[in-house]
Amino acid sequence: MTSLAIANRDALTLVNSLPPRAVSHPAAPALAASAASAEHAARAATRQRRARAPEWVREITAYALGLVIFVLIWAVVASISGSIPGPAKVWVAAVNIFSDPFYQKGPNDQGIGWNVLSSLKRVGIGFGMAALVGIPLGFILGRFKFLSDMAAPIISLLRPVSPLAWLPIGLLLFKAANPAAIYVIFICSLWPMIINTAVGVQQVPQDYLNVARVLKLSEWKVFTTILFPAVLPFMITGIRLSIGVAWLVIVAAEMLTGGVGIGFWVWDEWNNLKVDHIIIAIITIGTVGWLLEQALVLLAKKFSYA
Amino acid sequence: MDNFLQIESVGMTFDTKKGEFVALTGINLAVRKGEFVSLIGHSGCGKSTLLNLVAGLLTPTDGGMILAGREIDGPGPDRGVVFQNHSLLPWLSCFENVYLAVERVFGAAEPKSMLRERTHAALKLVGLSHATDKKPQELSGGMKQRVGIARALAIEPKVLLLDEPFGALDALTRASLQDELIRIVAETGATVLMVTHDVDEAVLLSDRVVMMTNGPAATIGEILEVDLPRPRERLALAANARYIHLRTRVLEFLYQKQFKAAA
Ligand SMILES: Nc1ncnc2c1ncn2[C@@H]1O[C@H](COP(=O)(O)OP(=O)(O)O)[C@@H](O)[C@H]1O
Ligand SMILES: [Mg+2]
Repeated sequence: MTSLAIANRDALTLVNSLPPRAVSHPAAPALAASAASAEHAARAATRQRRARAPEWVREITAYALGLVIFVLIWAVVASISGSIPGPAKVWVAAVNIFSDPFYQKGPNDQGIGWNVLSSLKRVGIGFGMAALVGIPLGFILGRFKFLSDMAAPIISLLRPVSPLAWLPIGLLLFKAANPAAIYVIFICSLWPMIINTAVGVQQVPQDYLNVARVLKLSEWKVFTTILFPAVLPFMITGIRLSIGVAWLVIVAAEMLTGGVGIGFWVWDEWNNLKVDHIIIAIITIGTVGWLLEQALVLLAKKFSYA
Repeated sequence: MDNFLQIESVGMTFDTKKGEFVALTGINLAVRKGEFVSLIGHSGCGKSTLLNLVAGLLTPTDGGMILAGREIDGPGPDRGVVFQNHSLLPWLSCFENVYLAVERVFGAAEPKSMLRERTHAALKLVGLSHATDKKPQELSGGMKQRVGIARALAIEPKVLLLDEPFGALDALTRASLQDELIRIVAETGATVLMVTHDVDEAVLLSDRVVMMTNGPAATIGEILEVDLPRPRERLALAANARYIHLRTRVLEFLYQKQFKAAA
């Protein structure tokens, strides 16, 4: 699911990053053919270029238009179904909810801010532990073929398992909802961290290692100046995949475990039949997930050496 | 010293999936101190293999090598290697790439200020003082190769090993870097072993051109003394009868005596 999301995102950026000239090129020969005059075509092309708004204005317009269309479709669906609240009703509820996101009335009734933060905290802890285990393990598996061959069947077998299938084991082990949810995040974040780090280590160019060999650099120097920086982009990809999956999974896990958290809140509002709040939760989850992704893309850009 | 670098009956056999592959056999070569020797031969004959043996990145299956009175066993910073594709670390600036090598070799004996001075001097030698803080990906191919040369020279190696250093460059850049290398070698008195497949490059730069037979089981076919006086001028040599004669000798070796592999 995540890889699909990433493929989609890449496709989007690909379209976005097409230079304006590449877009206008196919039109130019057509113009020339129909007008049968190169000069005419050139003039038409200049006029077209002058009339075009700056790239970022067109982008923002497109984004806004997309959102408007989405809201319109939502309004239509809402008015047909009758049970789904429309944009206006949700907007009013959202203004109300976000005017006091950090209220606290007992353990099961807290503001949306607290719910989001406690979900993020679980993701942070679970992911952090997965990174602590997964990155060193990835380095070891990437370095020693025998160990990676040993690990291959285990990873292949466990990786396709839905993280939620681990929840009962977590409840059994920890006898409490919160650590069980963190443990599920740990499990689902672990595989991308291990696999991406290991692949990164295996793909360190031999040229770089030859430089180290010729200079007879110490093991520590090789690790800090060559291995680690070379593997870093792969690790960031692992982090991106992990966090993406973790944010998907935490909502589901919290629906099952209860407590405080955005997933639990969705379930709670369903029990209260407050569908407008569920829609607010969905939009909030999407926004937070998008922000996480953007932050990690920024991080990845900072450490790519293409 | 007449045999500063001595290669004695060196052979290299690779274990491959299809069995043993004899790449090199019976290589004998003595390089004088301060001499510029180039290795030329058809693609795949084993030039890189021979250079990597001297670099210590490969261990010969036969024979041995001695550099400045010491047996070569494994790589070491007494040999500066310039790789075919520059091999700069992309996350380090030009300065840091060179500094990494300088620090390794002189770090134990010299203070940081000296190390920085050495690094700056090496970059100045290759004419890159203005690009000190640039990352490799901000440089042209020719500039990257210069940084590679600076890194190799900065550690004051006993011998400089170059594997087709200008192979990936366009003709104009290649010519200017060849002139640069001539100047640097004259300035530093470096001993150089260079792999090339460019006949003009070999004759223009070298004191001797070592011509290798085709593999498998490649060995040294002929050695050509290039007795052209230095400093050498690319333009003046173009019409020089002696230069043309030497160049023709190499061409004859490559395209008449060792023609087969050209296919
Ligand atoms: N590590 C290796 N294992 C097996 N065969 C190799 C290895 N390295 C080089 N060879 C073979 O040795 C021969 C010489 O290679 P190389 O030295 O790279 O040639 P050149 O640099 O002259 O083009 C080639 O046939 C190549 O396939
Ligand atoms: Mg080669």
